[in-house]
Amino acid sequence: MKKWQCTICDFCYDEAAGFPEEGIAPGTRWEDIPDDWSCPDCGMGKSDFVMQEV
Amino acid sequence: MASTPANEWKDGKKYLWLMSPLLPLLGVLAFAAYAFTGFSALLWTGPILVFLVVPLLDFLIGTDPVNAPESAVPGLVAQKYYKYITYAYIPSQFAVTVMGALYAASGQLAIWEFAGLVLSVGTLNGIGINTAHELGHKAGKLDRWLARLTLAPVAYGHFFVEHNRGHHVRVATPEDPASSRMGETFWQFLPRTVTGSVRSACELERKRLAREGRSFWSVENEVLQAWAMTVALFAALTIALGPVALLFLVLQAAYGASLLEVINYIEHYGLLRRKQENGRYERCQPQHSWNSNHIVTNLVLYQLQRHSDHHAHPTRPFQALRHFEEAPQLPSGYASMLIAAYIPPLWFRIMDHRVVAHYKGDLSVANLQPGREEKLLAKWSAANDNASEAQQAA
Repeated sequence: MKKWQCTICDFCYDEAAGFPEEGIAPGTRWEDIPDDWSCPDCGMGKSDFVMQEV
Repeated sequence: MASTPANEWKDGKKYLWLMSPLLPLLGVLAFAAYAFTGFSALLWTGPILVFLVVPLLDFLIGTDPVNAPESAVPGLVAQKYYKYITYAYIPSQFAVTVMGALYAASGQLAIWEFAGLVLSVGTLNGIGINTAHELGHKAGKLDRWLARLTLAPVAYGHFFVEHNRGHHVRVATPEDPASSRMGETFWQFLPRTVTGSVRSACELERKRLAREGRSFWSVENEVLQAWAMTVALFAALTIALGPVALLFLVLQAAYGASLLEVINYIEHYGLLRRKQENGRYERCQPQHSWNSNHIVTNLVLYQLQRHSDHHAHPTRPFQALRHFEEAPQLPSGYASMLIAAYIPPLWFRIMDHRVVAHYKGDLSVANLQPGREEKLLAKWSAANDNASEAQQAA
């Protein structure tokens, strides 16, 4: 499981936790999130996220 | 409109976007003309444009709700032309700043000519914040440096950090210094947003640098980098021209920054994102920004008034921003609204009933000024009761 961080506002998407409030189940891999999904904090697109080493 | 094939769709405003970089060029020409004619009104070009010409043109020309068809957007986004339009603002913006400092330091201006000069240069550098805003949302290194450069004459470099990482995250919440609350006057909002934005920008950079194991006083600090450009520019002009140049630069920067803040005041007045059960705010949606389709202000400000789409898609370039039917609309363009914002009773009269209507009479879900909640709720619930009684009677 990996973490992905928004390069603009630092919101962190954790694959293990998912994002249940928007219907993204825990364990959902980054590549399975729709391309039009955007950062829930600042609205940046999926392409503005980078993988974060943890 | 949906039936227009993308390859046939043409941006009807393609060349009209040049109006924005035309503004500082008009400033340069007006100042040059002043040098030859001595006609003082030329020094007031900035306020004349913003307070008279643009509102009048908005009134005469009106609105345009047309969106580019979605299929034409990739082509529109790929055209470098639109990016060069934002770059084109910068050279004459700097020219007008230097000319202003030269004239101010000449010691030959009457006080009201000096005032006009301050307001004109402040206006053009204030509108330059809009150019910096567009550039600051781009991913490219050059664009992001140019954003800071554009903010140097107005001494507002921290905006580059605070806007993207602060305002876009907290927009339309009580925590955002750059979102105004219903019942808050512009004159209360101004000190709150100015100090709150500086504090927020420094805090964001301190945290980012700490994560990278650096101190706040690092050369990597983007706030300090941007402020250093202002210090260099102001110092160079002061050394060359004397202390009156510094006085002029500080005054025009203060006025320019206040122009940005009056626009901030307008953009989210009274609007509030709902806090969800898990403590996070709902996503920023079209209903969380005030919009306007007034053509002339939109051309000058790169469609900043299509503000809902900007907050939903911050990297979407200006030429592709859309009008949303469901987004709250201002009665006029920003250029007219900012005059009302300076006069609180007029502003409340124009806007408060629109906030009430937007929330269908339920102000408990609006962003209200602390301390004024009870008064506002009482005033508008009484007004609503009267309205529904009148409706029943009819």
